[in-house]
Amino acid sequence: MANFMLPFSIFFASIFTSNILLTNYLGMCSFLSVSKELKTSLGLGAAVVFVMATTTPLNWAVYQWLLIPFGLEYLRFIVFIIVIAAFVQLTEMALERYSEGLYQSLGIFLPLITVNCAILGASLFMVIREYSLITSFFFGFGSGLGWMLAIVAMAGIRTKLKTAKVPPGLEGPGITLVIAGFMAMAFMGFSGMIAVS
Amino acid sequence: MAKSKLKKTFLEPLGKNNPVFVQILGICSTLAVTNKVQNTVVMTLGVTFTTALSSWTISLLRNHIPSRIRMMVETMIIAVFVIIVDIFLKAYYPEMWKQLGPYVGLIITNCIIMGRVEAFALQNKPLPSLVDGFSSGLGYTYVLLAIAVIRELLGSGSIWGIQILGSWWTNWAIMIMPPGGFFVLAIVIWFIRETIMKEASNG
Repeated sequence: MANFMLPFSIFFASIFTSNILLTNYLGMCSFLSVSKELKTSLGLGAAVVFVMATTTPLNWAVYQWLLIPFGLEYLRFIVFIIVIAAFVQLTEMALERYSEGLYQSLGIFLPLITVNCAILGASLFMVIREYSLITSFFFGFGSGLGWMLAIVAMAGIRTKLKTAKVPPGLEGPGITLVIAGFMAMAFMGFSGMIAVS
Repeated sequence: MAKSKLKKTFLEPLGKNNPVFVQILGICSTLAVTNKVQNTVVMTLGVTFTTALSSWTISLLRNHIPSRIRMMVETMIIAVFVIIVDIFLKAYYPEMWKQLGPYVGLIITNCIIMGRVEAFALQNKPLPSLVDGFSSGLGYTYVLLAIAVIRELLGSGSIWGIQILGSWWTNWAIMIMPPGGFFVLAIVIWFIRETIMKEASNG
């Protein structure tokens, strides 16, 4: 029973209590630069959810079935990043070819994703915490959703902030970091809900 | 002439062109370990090593890398140096390696390294690129060290694991938890922008 429930509790834990952005600081670069507008953050967030949910189990398979049998675990950094880059490239090409609308809204964000630390981070956490295939899918999916939640909420707050008076030195990244700190505190409030993996 | 130019290349990333304040690059992988000074030192050493040597290597190869696939080539070269750091830590400091966990691997996606390679190493000779990479790493190091000192001192009353503040001190638990990192970084950036950056733009 506990085994059966594990993927679900990890799914919820990775959205709220151990949000990859607010507790592990992963994906900060795009978080700070893209969170100015609601629409773009939604697009980037959706792309992150998709790529994370697919590449984490994909990397799990590569790691368990290729790297471990050949004793090449130390190559995992290179291999993971190649898998992610190749997958992103393929998705971009497929979208461009088959779905013009989706390419316009999602595709432009894909190149940004290869360098997003959160994607590689999810794969590395998956290895260290020794997740199973199903668990790593839910972990990737949940982490992506958590990241999207954080960036969309931040974009909403930043649109309101346009009319506020901010000290000149704090403008831009400074105030964004302060807000992120408060958001992290708010998310910590969830920690009584689910035990962190 | 050449020497003064090298000096300029060395000093710029330390002051007004600091990668962390100006571009807020590359904090992802290291901010998470700034709750302890010791971990921060190891991580930033790793970043400095990787930035300097990958800038140098890519600058050596800059005329041979086809521009269409340059990102891929750069990532591979960076990953090689990160693997060296990872294996070194695992062999000599296994305890530290365990604590840092996935963050060593995440140096690969540290935007500073890619940023310096793209902005500097691709257009410049190997030696200036090495200097630029090294000093960008140093500029990054001192900012993160400042954050780590503040966080560890206020959060656990110690520095480098040695108790500094006496028993009268109540630890600010928030400082060693994730939100503390955000607040301290914001305050440090604010402080620097009001002081160093203002002087730089006036003078």
